[in-house]
Amino acid sequence: MAGRDSEEVGNDVVLGLVVITALAFDFTNGFHDTGNAMATTIATGALRPRIAVALSGVLNLIGAFLSLAVAATIASGLVDTKLVTLTVVAAGLIGAIVWNLLTWFFGIPSSSSQALIGGVIGAMLAAAGAQAVKWHSLVAKVILPAVLAPVIAVLVAVTGTWLLYRISRSLTSGGRNHGFRIGQIGSASMVSLAHGTNDAQKTMGVITLALIANGTLPANATAPFWVILTCALAISLGTYVGGWRVIRTLGKGLVKIESPQGMASQSSSAAVILLSASFGYALSTTHVATGSIIGAGLGKKGTEVRWNVAGRTVSAWALTLPAAGIVGAAAYGLASAIGGSAGVIVDLLILVAVSAVIYARSRASKVNHTNVNDEWTEVVTPAEPQPIAAA
Amino acid sequence: MSLINLSALWKIVVFGLLAGAGLPAIFAVGLLSLSRGPKTRTAGADSEAVVGGSLAGMIIAAVCFLVILAAIGWGIYEVYRIGHPAPAK
Repeated sequence: MAGRDSEEVGNDVVLGLVVITALAFDFTNGFHDTGNAMATTIATGALRPRIAVALSGVLNLIGAFLSLAVAATIASGLVDTKLVTLTVVAAGLIGAIVWNLLTWFFGIPSSSSQALIGGVIGAMLAAAGAQAVKWHSLVAKVILPAVLAPVIAVLVAVTGTWLLYRISRSLTSGGRNHGFRIGQIGSASMVSLAHGTNDAQKTMGVITLALIANGTLPANATAPFWVILTCALAISLGTYVGGWRVIRTLGKGLVKIESPQGMASQSSSAAVILLSASFGYALSTTHVATGSIIGAGLGKKGTEVRWNVAGRTVSAWALTLPAAGIVGAAAYGLASAIGGSAGVIVDLLILVAVSAVIYARSRASKVNHTNVNDEWTEVVTPAEPQPIAAA
Repeated sequence: MSLINLSALWKIVVFGLLAGAGLPAIFAVGLLSLSRGPKTRTAGADSEAVVGGSLAGMIIAAVCFLVILAAIGWGIYEVYRIGHPAPAK
């Protein structure tokens, strides 16, 4: 361990690095989840891909200012804030970012919120042992909602889809698709707003936690304005960049979707996310969106639901908390073995290197706005990447 | 504190169904109303948009779409209100 003095001196630097890492996580949260709102809108052609991500980005920004109820849950509800150190927060964020990037690479719609919670809890366990984690709150506020939310989403989306086809059955299919494509834009906008409301707050919670750990803020503080603003901007920018791999899985992979199903699934997602957020549940928008899309597939007879894609996705959900937790714990272990600020800095350098490798690998099999809607071929990257002359 | 807050759970399910399935259903009713009546036509050779319909149909459609907008507005307001509690004394 470095001496007490050098740790004191290093704290402001480490705090700054932790805040930047948290914003980087927020950015990955944004692009990982663009598909939650926009995948089906892009898949049915209701909006052109780049328009869709731009609209979603703007609405995420607005949504981030809408509610501050979830931020309180993360910051004070899950771990003993008195035992949290900056190193714990940094290690937790590293676990979350690595898991987010890996699942993005494979085009799996996994939960950024669960990755964040898993990472922080893993680091906390490594740092202070089991008594530092509020297990009861973890189960009641995170794990049970994570299991229940997609089930509720499936139920609502099945009902909505069935109603939409029932009511609109006398319309011509052309007229129906045109009408519901407009409805899709509205409902996708609501999901984007809900995503900003729900997800940007999680990073606000983490930065607040770091500020509390550093003694900058008192233990029961709420997020300061600059935290709200920077988090809103980071998630919005991430959304705009667009996680095309995940968009493709959600829009083309899970269900062969039509516009009434798209509208039903997004309305379901928006309603469940906003309602849960208003009760202070930090649930995963990704779980809800995926559940809604599957529900929309089940609500209309004869729709192809690709259960292998759904199964792979749900397996990834089960792995998210432990996997991010293990990376978080390992990152904490390494940082504390090196000690002090240097430990955190080494951790972050490794994170940058790992991220660069994943990004470089992703360039080899690119998914972007030009090929996101290509026919699904069992893997996230389209079979033959066609060079497209003009966008 | 019990693990499952049943009161929150049933509210999320019921309001989820009302907002998440009910509102799009109202939208569908609006769309259907637009397509009813002798004047129904498509906007042009290339377009599949449903425009016009009987006067009654258009009024019903307008009411449907207004109900949806009002519900969305109220929902956003509720989230804002719950998310910004008055500072505790």
